Amino acid sequence: MSAPVPVPIRCGELPSAPEVMEPKWVRGVLLAVALLFLTLFLFVPLLSVFAEALKKGWDAYVAAIVEEDALSAIKLTLLTAAIAVPLNLVFGVAASWCIAKFEFRGKSVLLTLIDLPFSVSPVISGLIYVLLFGAQGWFGPWLQAHDIKILFAVPGIVLATIFVTFPFVARELIPLMQAQGNEEEEAALVLGASGWDTFRRVTLPNIKWGLLYGVILCNARAMGEFGAVSVVSGHIRGETNTMPLQVEILYNEYNFAAAFAVASLLALLALVTLALKTFIAWRLNEDVADEPRAEEL
Amino acid sequence: MSAVLAAPATEVPAAQGAPFRVMPGFKLSLGFTLFYLALIVLIPLSAVFLKTFTLSWQGFWSAVTSERVLASYRLTFGASLIGASINAVFGFLVAWVLVRYQFPGKRIVDALVDLPFALPTAVAGITLTALYSANGWIGRYVEGQLGLKVAFTPLGVVVALTFIGLPFVVRTVQPVLEDAERELEEAAASLGASAWQTFTRVVFPTVLPSLMTGFALAFARATGEYGSVIFIAGNMPMVSEITPLFIITKLEQYDYAGATAIAVVMLVVSFIMLLSINLLQAWARGKSGK
Repeated sequence: MSAPVPVPIRCGELPSAPEVMEPKWVRGVLLAVALLFLTLFLFVPLLSVFAEALKKGWDAYVAAIVEEDALSAIKLTLLTAAIAVPLNLVFGVAASWCIAKFEFRGKSVLLTLIDLPFSVSPVISGLIYVLLFGAQGWFGPWLQAHDIKILFAVPGIVLATIFVTFPFVARELIPLMQAQGNEEEEAALVLGASGWDTFRRVTLPNIKWGLLYGVILCNARAMGEFGAVSVVSGHIRGETNTMPLQVEILYNEYNFAAAFAVASLLALLALVTLALKTFIAWRLNEDVADEPRAEEL
Repeated sequence: MSAVLAAPATEVPAAQGAPFRVMPGFKLSLGFTLFYLALIVLIPLSAVFLKTFTLSWQGFWSAVTSERVLASYRLTFGASLIGASINAVFGFLVAWVLVRYQFPGKRIVDALVDLPFALPTAVAGITLTALYSANGWIGRYVEGQLGLKVAFTPLGVVVALTFIGLPFVVRTVQPVLEDAERELEEAAASLGASAWQTFTRVVFPTVLPSLMTGFALAFARATGEYGSVIFIAGNMPMVSEITPLFIITKLEQYDYAGATAIAVVMLVVSFIMLLSINLLQAWARGKSGK
């Protein structure tokens, strides 16, 4: 549920009908109130991240980022995303292939189950892995006997991240592939292409922007997840702290400038994500507009 | 629960030999999908429910109705409700302005509406805390001039939950407003309706289902939210402690069963919300004729 509602961003040209519009002063007031609200709740917080990060000057900012624990947090965050995102990408492609290309019973149940991680609180997403792998958990004693660490170690962090980012790619691809239909693939297959070739040369080019869109959102959440990872991490400095956890630790130590320095990197990631997302949504609109829109759901 | 979850697996064989023989890879893709779904989502989630069964009914009941947890429900659901309501009003306004009016920088504003989705919650948390604390950019005025303490009070929780829920209403209402038939409004106007009448009788009923969907999405997201809230809340038991934080407190005390019992309550609420959102979306689709 924390998912971005997949709405293509469309701006601009409307069939103009100004004569039925509200009076000019009403428009002005509405616009001003809306922008004031956005300024208070969006623009000022965004600006203040960078202002706080640079409060003690550029040198302190750089020093906070190249600090040892901060660097290891950055590495762990990159590693986690590098495992979680490809796995959820493969899952997303497989799930959208069977759901969009075939009819079978129980499909709507499957769709609901895929969305499930979005409606679970991040804290509970972490809790479930404590119940599985913790000392009192199902597999806890067995793991301890074999000296395998999952909880309070990197594998637990990766698992919790996979859980919270599970639906992203699938939920972008399913509606896109459903809208595109099967005709092109069927044509390729009838002409003798193998299943793999058909996927690689017909399906993949058709879904590439949707795929990228899902991957970018998945990656942003994977790198920014806090609640779930916080439960399973154990907060060992330099070992099991991701960037968001490092932000928390620095903040709780009243090292505000350093906390905001690491936070500013995450805010930059968010801005890059939004820019890419806007660009891809624009390409995606073109792709979908090209389609004859045979069956729209 | 597990009976419901197992349903699609048992239904698969019936679907084999269906008329789609040309397309390859059905068994492979569905098999992998179900395997991965079970491994990552279903088995771990079922652990929550199975763990609860280790508690007696009385143990469960006292864990989920202790005074401290009741106070946390009141705060979590109350603040989520207020946050979602604020977003319903202002999100609608923002969607309206983005669809109907032209102003410089509109594309950037439109793109930035999704910031709360993209910004990690911990970053949002420390930023809002810095802004609303007594010497922060906003807190300075709110506290100094109005005498209103925001950071480290329940009001701070509302601010954080408003922030993280902001995009939901905008993004559900926006496409409906874009698709709304302007001819209907013109017809209403030419039949003598005032702008206000046109809005309340023509525009608003069209948008209402999507507005409620957005409200429900924002509310559902807010009830589970953790990262952005814990910094600004102050986390005083009975006053500004949210339920997800209480689950973590229980975990830190190694009270796994107690933590799980509260988690079950939260999960049941989430599932009810999920169901209502699906129904709302079906209603919205029926209304827009798609």
